[in-house]
Amino acid sequence: MSDLYYQSAAELARLLEKGEISARQLMQSVIDRTHSVEEKIHAFLRFDPDEALVEAEKSDQRRAAGKSLGSLDGIPIGLKDLICVSGQGLTCGSRILENYVSPYDATCAARLKERGAILWGRLNMDEFAMGSSTENSAFQTTCNPWNTECIPGGSSGGSTAAVAAGETIAALGSDTGGSIRQPASLCGVVGLKPSYGLVSRYGLAAFASSLDQIGPITRTVEDSALILQAIAGHDARDSTSFKAHIPDYQAALKAPPRRWKLGLPREYFAEGLDPEIRQAVEKAVDFYKNEGCEIVEISLPHTELALPVYYILAPAEASSNLARYDGVRYTHRSERAEDHVDLYFKSRGEGFGQEVKRRIILGAYVLSSGYYDAYYLRAQKIRTLIRNDFMDAFKKVDALITPVSPTAAFKIGERLDDPLSMYLSDIYTLSINLAGLPAISVPCGFTSKKLPVGVQIIGQPFKEAEMLSIANLYDSTHRFGMEHPEL
Amino acid sequence: MKDYEAVIGLEVHVQLKCDTKMFTRAAYRFGEPPNTLTNPVVMGLPGTLPVLNKRAIELSIQTGLMFGCHIAEVCKWDRKNYFYPDQPKNYQISQFDQPICIGGVVEIELPGPARNVMGEHREVKLTRIHLEEDVGKLTHYENGSLVDFNRAGTPLIEIVSEPDLFSAEEAAAFLNAIRLNMIYAGLSDCDMEKGQMRCDANVSVRPVGSEKLGIRTEMKNLNSISGVRDSVNYEIRRQSKVLEKGGEIFQETRRWNAEQGYTVALRSKEEAHDYRYFPDPDLMPVRVSREWVDCLHAKLPERPFDRQRRYLKDFGLPFTMASVLCQNSELGNFFEEAVTKCNKPLEIGNLVANDLLRELSAGKDAESQGLVLLPIKSGHVAELVKLVEEGVISRQIAQDIFPQMFQTGESPSTIVEKKGLRQTTDMAEIEGVCARIIAENPKPVGEFRAGNEKAINALKGGVMKATRGKANPAMVDKLLRKLLA
Repeated sequence: MSDLYYQSAAELARLLEKGEISARQLMQSVIDRTHSVEEKIHAFLRFDPDEALVEAEKSDQRRAAGKSLGSLDGIPIGLKDLICVSGQGLTCGSRILENYVSPYDATCAARLKERGAILWGRLNMDEFAMGSSTENSAFQTTCNPWNTECIPGGSSGGSTAAVAAGETIAALGSDTGGSIRQPASLCGVVGLKPSYGLVSRYGLAAFASSLDQIGPITRTVEDSALILQAIAGHDARDSTSFKAHIPDYQAALKAPPRRWKLGLPREYFAEGLDPEIRQAVEKAVDFYKNEGCEIVEISLPHTELALPVYYILAPAEASSNLARYDGVRYTHRSERAEDHVDLYFKSRGEGFGQEVKRRIILGAYVLSSGYYDAYYLRAQKIRTLIRNDFMDAFKKVDALITPVSPTAAFKIGERLDDPLSMYLSDIYTLSINLAGLPAISVPCGFTSKKLPVGVQIIGQPFKEAEMLSIANLYDSTHRFGMEHPEL
Repeated sequence: MKDYEAVIGLEVHVQLKCDTKMFTRAAYRFGEPPNTLTNPVVMGLPGTLPVLNKRAIELSIQTGLMFGCHIAEVCKWDRKNYFYPDQPKNYQISQFDQPICIGGVVEIELPGPARNVMGEHREVKLTRIHLEEDVGKLTHYENGSLVDFNRAGTPLIEIVSEPDLFSAEEAAAFLNAIRLNMIYAGLSDCDMEKGQMRCDANVSVRPVGSEKLGIRTEMKNLNSISGVRDSVNYEIRRQSKVLEKGGEIFQETRRWNAEQGYTVALRSKEEAHDYRYFPDPDLMPVRVSREWVDCLHAKLPERPFDRQRRYLKDFGLPFTMASVLCQNSELGNFFEEAVTKCNKPLEIGNLVANDLLRELSAGKDAESQGLVLLPIKSGHVAELVKLVEEGVISRQIAQDIFPQMFQTGESPSTIVEKKGLRQTTDMAEIEGVCARIIAENPKPVGEFRAGNEKAINALKGGVMKATRGKANPAMVDKLLRKLLA
């Protein structure tokens, strides 16, 4: 069988189940592919083919003994390098954690292991997930498989590039303001950000605790459902984990299609949206119309406040979350420190990159006495208004359709010196984190320069099944995520 | 010289009696090898998250109830951000503007004019009690410092008083009262040597009659009650002298040098940390239901000073005895149980406050096990008092057999029968012994007859010794006097 590395996880599960392929064969195919394209993509920070093959053989033995752990048994899944796996490095894309090894498994990693998935490699990212291009990685710049002169998006750019290039079957990323959806869109794959609290954050190195969520990056919506099924659900080790009933997401995909009522927020189709992106997204909207869905224009009036609110709240939380990387216990320790205060300054000064420093300073500023009420407290209030906008909209519609990113992938280096234009990459995604909603980016075509475009479907809190079903209606008939870049 | 009055507010940190830490299941005990009571959460490793210790919340609520605080329906968690190597995350999870307990009072008892006279009681107002996590411990050496994270993350409450204390004695009494109540209700061991109770003192002075508070200084981490008393006294004198000379007090943190007995400026108000408090996004607010509070309230003992008042009034006990019996709730329970079986509170009080406590302190281990686990039962003490009252044994015999009752758990009557200690009231037998002792001891006999009343005691002792304490002492006295007349 050729090109196993480009099959969907669901299809591979069927082949494994029928015994038509072995997990070892599949793993070998992914390893070979990685060896052949990784020098062009630079998606991985580390991977270990020998260990992966050992795991694949164990999977084959389980299956032979009739003890298969389910559909994910033997499927390679890559992890963004901020999800802890016991005994493996965890850099978060930062020099400060360059030599750190995690002594424990993140809950989502443990859940994938329990289901027999092969944890395949550690994927590149913007340092501490701060960025929209993966250029803020301290180690390497990942290239977009569709055009290696372009960025893959970020911060989960290593994860989305690896899936798009066939270097892994699926991956996990994290999304704080769009970090799964935006790079998924730019790399032409499916990226899902679950409702806040659906997937445990235990073992996810925190950027902004009230916004972070882990989610799957796959080639199809069906695969997204498959992996979400494995990682969703209450975890006693995360106090913000929601005690929600987890429905059967795959069953939801198979349910007969409904005539969904879908909202188009007019603020998401306003100035700043690239015409080619608008065209692709509108085409997807037309598809739903033709399927009998009702399309309604709605308004989310506080949309323009989302960006400033996000850049107050996320840095505020980050300034505190990243304080632990201090050179005292396990992080990079400066050799030049004179005393303990100097140790902080030099270790952190040497260990953190520019963007991380910028956000720590911003966050410390908005929390400082005298400014707290004007910035942090006010931003929290507006956050509530933003959520209310969405909840009002959901009184009228089942889900919303929007673009994911205002532009397709841009050139490497193009926005590095202009943080504000970089921040605008997430203009259509970060409100969703502020509101705690689920959203999915589904590939919906290409620009004239053959760069992928994604459409975003925003669901209601904890109604991932409904959202996946809507997304799958489009994806199962288009399958843009199964198209391959020439490498 | 003008008269100055001190105004003092205390912040008392108390470690709660929990087996595990505030936000993770790692164990906590004192005195373990460094960095053995840790896990990824305690060490603040990337990806770790806090999960509340329910027991710590319950103990905090019970502390609030002991001091009559309002228990908040909702309390929340905030991060107090500052860099220090004893703090794994470089922020401490604490409660900033919505603490678990609000208001309340601590009843204090001031020293009386003499040891056996009760001093004044007064209620000192509390601002709040909040719950937080403790930090690790630093040890400094000449060329470096070492951190032990065993203590990091231990449940810690901070009891904050209003500026409602007016002397070093009152400050000490406040700490004593907190200690008494916390130990009494089993909420903390409050062992200051183990750092289970620590205190920051805010001190200011003002001219007597003035309503306005003076500028205060704060002394941090005072780790003994005498340290609080001495440092507060020092600060009152220092500030009064400065003001007397027309000087100015600066708002600052000062360090108490316990060896040399003075305070020294550590950092000024301007150098104070900006803690950048904000709600901890990793933790949900805690809702406390009325039912939960009621249920916790029902498990609390009577307050020790309430019990002391009852013992003075209802049982007519002397202050010292009542005070001793109210240091420990099990001791009080033991005493009251015995009294219900034999209504002689003073006699029972004596045995419990003196003999029982003596035996307890002789065997330190037994004390830590708690009274209920000891073989001796309250019924036996009641029985012992009855045996004396009924003239079956003498007081002396009663005291002599107490250690055996304590150790073996045998009833006093069993011991009395086994050893044949029953008091003799056979007049002829006692008279015979008295006559023999008089014959054998001409010296005290002569002295007594010469008018030395006390000399009879030697003869009494001789009779008691000869009868192995079984002779009825009143009868011996009577017969000796008859024979000597």
